[in-house]
Amino acid sequence: MARNFGFAPIKGRVIDFDRNDKRVFEYVLEREPSFALCIGCGGCAATCSAANFTEFSLRKLNILIRRGENDEVRKIVDRCMLCGKCTLVCPRGVNTRNVVFLTREAFEEFDNYAI
Amino acid sequence: MHNKEKHIVIIGGGTAGCVAAGRLAREGYRISLIEKDKKPGGKINNWYQLFPDRRRSVEVTDYINKEIDHPLIDLMTGTELDKVKYKNGKFSISTGKSDLGQADAVLIATGFDLFDATRKEEYGYGIYDNVITSLDLENMFHSGDILTTKEEIPKRVGIVHCVGSRDEKVGNFHCSKVCCVTAVKQAIEIKEHIPDSEVFCFYMDMRMFGPYYEELYRESQEKWVVNYIRGKVSEVSENIEGRLVIKAEDTLLGKPIRMEVDMLVLMVGMQNAKAGLNLQDKFGIQTGVNGFFRIRDNHYGNNLSNVDGLFYAGTCTAPMNITDTISHARAAAVEITEYLSKN
Ligand code: SF4
Ligand code: SF4
Ligand code: SF4
Repeated sequence: MARNFGFAPIKGRVIDFDRNDKRVFEYVLEREPSFALCIGCGGCAATCSAANFTEFSLRKLNILIRRGENDEVRKIVDRCMLCGKCTLVCPRGVNTRNVVFLTREAFEEFDNYAI
Repeated sequence: MHNKEKHIVIIGGGTAGCVAAGRLAREGYRISLIEKDKKPGGKINNWYQLFPDRRRSVEVTDYINKEIDHPLIDLMTGTELDKVKYKNGKFSISTGKSDLGQADAVLIATGFDLFDATRKEEYGYGIYDNVITSLDLENMFHSGDILTTKEEIPKRVGIVHCVGSRDEKVGNFHCSKVCCVTAVKQAIEIKEHIPDSEVFCFYMDMRMFGPYYEELYRESQEKWVVNYIRGKVSEVSENIEGRLVIKAEDTLLGKPIRMEVDMLVLMVGMQNAKAGLNLQDKFGIQTGVNGFFRIRDNHYGNNLSNVDGLFYAGTCTAPMNITDTISHARAAAVEITEYLSKN
């Protein structure tokens, strides 16, 4: 079945903000208000061991959550080892570790209600 | 006091012109203050609240009006400079209405014009109903109602930074300095008026250069959950429901983003005022690559022009906030006092 006839529908790369589901974002923000303070500097990702060995960046994860790009969030959120190094670095005092934790929790929560 | 025999003409009765006029009058100089509009105060009159503390702008205009309340200041509103003759360091100046006689020094404080947003056609100002400028939004704050043209409360508002600044396509390479913090201030004000609205700022860089600006930026995130997306809006269109559709790249994700908004606010930048540029030939003064008047030295001569006896104050030399404009005007007063004591 893996034949490509050259006209298979390709999922666009565009972030379709109006269609995206922002419930994960809302779930995290409500429980961890410091999440609103991220300025996308990348300090967290620079120090992160997971980011140094895999395609993972907490900075990116933060933004993906905000935009409701949940498929991608789901793909990478498990790569974090919850070591908490990033929290020590963040210049805006985002409780980064908790953001990851709550994101996972949000998926469990919403999956139970079968989105 | 012999200072009284010296006469200074100040062109422009905005913040810079008025502050300098007040200082120089208190030194005992006779001042002719020419303002083209009906009242002094300049651009601040249009603004509702000021960054970073969101005080009402009238508090600052009150201060400015007090500055020029002095018997040695002759304020001429609705007046523009007509002819200038320059000889042996003295200026003979006339307005369309009267001859001002000889001036021992001239201060140009003609300020800035806001960028004409219709020049960035891709943003649809003047084409789509709910594309407005930062100035239009201030007028809404004055009136107390933030409404779309259909008289509806906007649920989502987009803010576009750098409109007419940092943009080779319109010939403006410079950063207008104050529009980032204006965007932050206005985003907060929108959220305050419409708490359940969403606000998205599309920026190229967040330039929070002044005291308490970064704090205001932080407050906008922490208290008001204003959203910031790093990417320049490339185009705006209108869909069938009349909502605006904007396209940008979310550069921190490296992905294009598309979203609908009910209102789009363009952060128009600063340019040297036409009224100032009209003086160029009359005085034989020069502009820099940024279109503002060229100062004699970037570090210690920023009130001096290429003509002896002719000085600058405020945003005719570069984009500035109100605080810096006031400091620049006070510095101009010091330069002029020193010049007149020697000449
Ligand atoms: S907590 Fe997760 S994201 Fe933070 S440094 Fe550790 S592994 Fe990286
Ligand atoms: S270090 Fe903090 S502010 Fe910087 S990207 Fe990470 S979470 Fe955001
Ligand atoms: S202050 Fe900000 S919005 Fe204004 S021109 Fe500079 S970078 Fe752009």
